[in-house]
Amino acid sequence: MGEPTEAGRFGEFGGRFVPETLVPACQELEAAFREAWADPIFRGDLDAVLREYAGRPSILTECRQLGAQLGLRLVLKREDLNHTGSHKINNVLGQALLAKRMGKKRLVAETGAGQHGVASATAAALLGLECKVYMGAVDVERQALNVFRMKLLGAEVEAVHSGSRTLKDAVNEAMRDWVATVESTHYCLGSVMGPHPYPWMVREFHRVIGTEARAQCLDAYGADPDVVVACVGGGSNAIGIFSGFVDTSARLVGVEPAGGAAVGRGHPGVVHGMRSYLMQDEYGQVQEAHSISAGLDYPGVGPEHSYLASIGRAEYPTVTDAEVVDAFQLLARTEGIIPALECAHALAWIAREAATMQGQTVLMNLSGRGDKDVGQMMEVLGS
Amino acid sequence: MTNPDLEGHLRSRRDTGHKLLVPYVTGGVNGWLDAVRAAVASGADAIEIGIPFSDPVMDGPVIQQASQLALDGGATPVSILHEVREVDVGVPLVVMCYYNTVHHAGHARFASQLRDAGISGAIVPDLPLEESGEWCAAADDASVATVMLAAPTAPDDRLPRVCARARGFVYSVGLLGVTGERDSLAATATSLAGRLKAVTDRPVVVGVGVSNASQAVEACRVADGVVQGASVVRRLLEGGPDAVAEYVSEVRRALDSEFVTSVS
Repeated sequence: MGEPTEAGRFGEFGGRFVPETLVPACQELEAAFREAWADPIFRGDLDAVLREYAGRPSILTECRQLGAQLGLRLVLKREDLNHTGSHKINNVLGQALLAKRMGKKRLVAETGAGQHGVASATAAALLGLECKVYMGAVDVERQALNVFRMKLLGAEVEAVHSGSRTLKDAVNEAMRDWVATVESTHYCLGSVMGPHPYPWMVREFHRVIGTEARAQCLDAYGADPDVVVACVGGGSNAIGIFSGFVDTSARLVGVEPAGGAAVGRGHPGVVHGMRSYLMQDEYGQVQEAHSISAGLDYPGVGPEHSYLASIGRAEYPTVTDAEVVDAFQLLARTEGIIPALECAHALAWIAREAATMQGQTVLMNLSGRGDKDVGQMMEVLGS
Repeated sequence: MTNPDLEGHLRSRRDTGHKLLVPYVTGGVNGWLDAVRAAVASGADAIEIGIPFSDPVMDGPVIQQASQLALDGGATPVSILHEVREVDVGVPLVVMCYYNTVHHAGHARFASQLRDAGISGAIVPDLPLEESGEWCAAADDASVATVMLAAPTAPDDRLPRVCARARGFVYSVGLLGVTGERDSLAATATSLAGRLKAVTDRPVVVGVGVSNASQAVEACRVADGVVQGASVVRRLLEGGPDAVAEYVSEVRRALDSEFVTSVS
């Protein structure tokens, strides 16, 4: 995967649709990232903190029981074992180091499930930055543990009561904060979305997932996987693992929730600074996504996913909440791993489509652990 | 049909010694058409009509609330542009709409819908200069003036390019932040207006954070005029069109008594 165009486009997607106030900040960020990413000292600092703090590289785990049951070789990339419990730490450590380098004193972040918020609060604590996290009021309620974690880490958490009171509204509020505080504050965006350079920069920070996974697959199996699967909300964990395989013949599958299928059901639209597939009504009002997983409750998708879909390089099927609940329990019982509800989407698709992939090697990004979802699942399943 | 010429109208008002007063009304909320008429009767030089959007990132709580009320009441871009044809107020009307509304309708189609509804100009706050080419071309073709925003964060070399692409007036963003009332006028309101006046002859109108008559006067010591957004919308929500009339009259009087030296 290469750089977007100068205008931040992946094909016809991406761009920089932000208020004038933020244009200079986006330009400054782009220049700072470009310069840092080419600087061996920055890269060395980031590698060191990923290794010594986040716990990279993450391992591969082959699911022998579940694989035998499904008739395929199922391999998990264990991003759930990173510090803070998900892949999100890769991106926030990169952005927080960059923010420090740019002289910013404060991070703002949006969060859905709370994973990006926790990761941002963690990086801020580590690097001595202030941190404010915006979270939809609905998500504050269903992810109370992560809210408390963020506060423990010294972050301020603000519940967002506007609109659908979920992730998209948290993004709006974080952008409003950034418009007002842009001189001192870096917006630590949590996915491969938003205005240029975020989709590109966040992908580069997650590229490590795919780079590691490809080397690990070659080492373990002597070949690339046949299929690479990840869940897609904004799409950062998916783009991270896809980046290692986009130039192979592996089939790339991004699994969206049925109630938040931007690629599957959306049309090109512009919100949150980018042109991408977007769930919207006949007048262009952005629709509310509905998913059991707060982290995927997003009506848009990162522009590079829209591009990969438009050129047919990746496919974006959907799974239902019921299939996700089954997959969540399936991995726990067969492999002793409780996945985040987000990643259970990827597994649900693999379980449903296993008959079409018999004997194949299927690499799935297990992008987060499910501890945060246990309370919610107690209610769904009954204790 | 020829709509009022936004820039020509504002220039002639300015050049005859008046400061420009542009109240903002969220389309689709209860009483909004009467509020538009009342604002014009109370001395507005142009009216900005907000087309409500689900995700208004440049707006603070008051206009967010108005947008949500309008959407909950079933307002759509089409219904607002249909209803606005009923008003014949003799001053130019300008819509404020987020870019997805334009993008979804299609540039040329939306521009002609505006023209056919009697709209003279458009403000698209999340469409910065670099992304504005297609829309501006379509708007130019339909004789709809695209008002460009200029922000306090812009470096000096950006402002002339923004002003060159602006039609109607240049919207000078008063502060770092979203729409809403503030206790005092930010220093950026007059400093940016001054920087713009130095590089353009187009009317420079300050909006965002100009919250009452005295702040309007303060901004107009440098600028050619002001947009009154949240302060008008809050009154519309709380007191209806009569409260809008009273407030716009108050601001008009304050501006005229401060700046209009002779009454012809």
